[in-house]
Amino acid sequence: MTTTSVPAPRTGPVDRTSDRPARGRRSLAGYAFVSGYVVLLLAFGVLPTAYAVWLALSNSRGQLVGVGNFTRTFADYRFLPALAHIGLYLVVWLSALMVMVVLLSLMLHGRMRRTSAALRFLFYLPGALAGVASVLLWLILLDPAASPVGWLLHALGWETLAQVIAPGHLPVLFMVIAFWTGAGGWIVIMYGALNTIPGEVLEAARIDGASTLQTALRIQIPMLTKWIAYMLILAFASGTQLFVEPQLVSTASWGMIPDGWSPNQLSYQYAFQAGDFNGAAAISVDLLILGLACAAVVVFRTGLFDRDEK
Amino acid sequence: MKNVRTGLIAGLGAAALLALTACGSATPPPTSTSSASVAFKPADQDAGSAITVWADATRVPGIEAYQKAHPDAKITIVTYSGDANGATDLQTKVQLFDRSGSGWPDVAFTANVNDGSWASQGKTPYAAPVNQHIIPQSTLDGFAAGANDPCTFGGNTYCLRNDLAQVVLWYNKSLMSQFGYQVPTTWEEYQALGEKVAQEHPGYVVGTAGDAWAAEVYFWASQCPASTATGDKQVTVNLRDPKCTRMAGLLDNLIAKGSVAKDTVFSANFIKNTAGKVLMLPGPSWYGQTLFNSTFKTPAGQIAAAAPLKFASDTTTTTGNVGGGLWFVSAHSRNLQASADLVTWMTTSTDYQATAGTYPADKQAAVAWLANQKETGYFANDVGPVFQAAAGQVWPGWAATQYSQEAIYASTVVPALNAGKTITETLDSWQTAISNKAKSLGYTVNQ
Repeated sequence: MTTTSVPAPRTGPVDRTSDRPARGRRSLAGYAFVSGYVVLLLAFGVLPTAYAVWLALSNSRGQLVGVGNFTRTFADYRFLPALAHIGLYLVVWLSALMVMVVLLSLMLHGRMRRTSAALRFLFYLPGALAGVASVLLWLILLDPAASPVGWLLHALGWETLAQVIAPGHLPVLFMVIAFWTGAGGWIVIMYGALNTIPGEVLEAARIDGASTLQTALRIQIPMLTKWIAYMLILAFASGTQLFVEPQLVSTASWGMIPDGWSPNQLSYQYAFQAGDFNGAAAISVDLLILGLACAAVVVFRTGLFDRDEK
Repeated sequence: MKNVRTGLIAGLGAAALLALTACGSATPPPTSTSSASVAFKPADQDAGSAITVWADATRVPGIEAYQKAHPDAKITIVTYSGDANGATDLQTKVQLFDRSGSGWPDVAFTANVNDGSWASQGKTPYAAPVNQHIIPQSTLDGFAAGANDPCTFGGNTYCLRNDLAQVVLWYNKSLMSQFGYQVPTTWEEYQALGEKVAQEHPGYVVGTAGDAWAAEVYFWASQCPASTATGDKQVTVNLRDPKCTRMAGLLDNLIAKGSVAKDTVFSANFIKNTAGKVLMLPGPSWYGQTLFNSTFKTPAGQIAAAAPLKFASDTTTTTGNVGGGLWFVSAHSRNLQASADLVTWMTTSTDYQATAGTYPADKQAAVAWLANQKETGYFANDVGPVFQAAAGQVWPGWAATQYSQEAIYASTVVPALNAGKTITETLDSWQTAISNKAKSLGYTVNQ
């Protein structure tokens, strides 16, 4: 279940002088363009979500049980630790993402015009690898005996994989993996967003004597707010749904990470180890609500969906 | 913007209303579970129908050999992970098939010895009770004593064991004679030798406690009641029992001295730095070829197996077990005859099992397998008598459960060891971890 927020499809700008048939044709074309996506969204987004909500509110016999599944899963001994794990991870991951992505794209945009295309490609490259494959790569990188950066791990005092993936290190390790696989795409997007800032504005700032730092803080970052908000919503949603990283590292270490480390893993345990699809659905609905709540806060605070014309 | 908000509130209100109109319990009692008294009702049979077999890549050549020997058999082979290394693919898929009402494989192989615990449960268990007119009793009697214990629930046999993983004492014969040591026969002698090794030959090891299956190698052999079944979905977990603490103390002592490693034998670090310094290693029968020969690349003629160790105060020798595959026949199969025939052949055929990688659970097949091992000339002694005796010495007080003892040990004890704690200090949190996990899967836990 993903909680991607979809901006309402817009039809083209309305030309008030045009005649009616042309307008009808245009909106028809618009519907035609979004129809394919809408069908897929219904089949693989909306319907499964509705089914999950139904499962979360009922029991294995199809009777409505209210919030029974929610209180039951909340009382599970793994639930609060899983939330704590993911909370810590989100704090580290979101702050790293916000600071580093904005910083790197500003630097690429301002100072490294000549090398920027190559660097953007390099940043993006890890993201082009399939998610699982890149986590597998990290399994090798994190093992001091096999890693090409083993000297660094040894310098930190870690001699074995077991020491590297000690429980206290996990949120930061997963952040590093997630940053490496996911940040490149956002840097490319932010770079694109920076290009939309009119050159005259930046030139005016320069003529007024603004330093690079001032330009960044007073002009570029404020004008990027909506993009940063958009990144925040998606990163928060995908962050709460962390699954592949703990699951694979756990498998590779013969189970050194508990199988219910993240809420999404716990949901998986409910469904496929205990055969309790209702409990699993309740946890996934928890994550949906979390994602929606975060999206709502960010959207209302930043006016993400406000139209430019006032 | 206002409309969005009103809509949101209305939606939340509707959801809350729906949520509050509850009329059932969130955990309804299961409609029925498997029990010995319920006779097995097969699906409608179709003698000529094709069967689907799920197996891991290792087993596929065997199935192909069966097809060659039985040209009339119509078999579709599906290769999957085989639930190796803690994967749960079979259970995951069966749960989904149970929901959709079709798709179950007629025959399935799993490398997870615990899989019988869920496959025998539920409204319609996935596994057919093969002892009920599907596989003759004479065939079942041909298996080593206790080999089918992980398949036995409520008096029925829900699977056939493919291979045994009885724990023996592996040792490096060349190193032992070079150092002038005697192979120990009791845990007390083992501990004394471990202390001596730590002093005389630092760096050499006599065991490892960092493997996920260390609990099964040491604590199972020590008769520690960490997973003792006392009834249908009832377990006793008592790690404060003297039979657990004696082993924890022994290991803690040798870990502190340095002759028992905290690493796992399959880690890159162990293979690189310690594999050549393994003097002794209590471990399953598959360590011989899989670990020493294929992973450590220890040259032929060095590695030998000795009988499992016992505590001097115990009257009989008991040992542990680390894994061993299972073959299921689906209760939903429309061709039980063909499915049963394949499963019987795969587990008991001396031609096929003789060439298998692991020790066969069927006694006849095991004899053929051992003869084949002798021919390879890899081992420094005849492992046959040791393996055969140990096969019957696996302590029956350690039951297959729906949860993995290995995963619990790996996520509870191993990180603690690496953080500098002792196993004895970790017993309480280990106990809690097992009880919690068992309860979450509907087990009743006694202490």
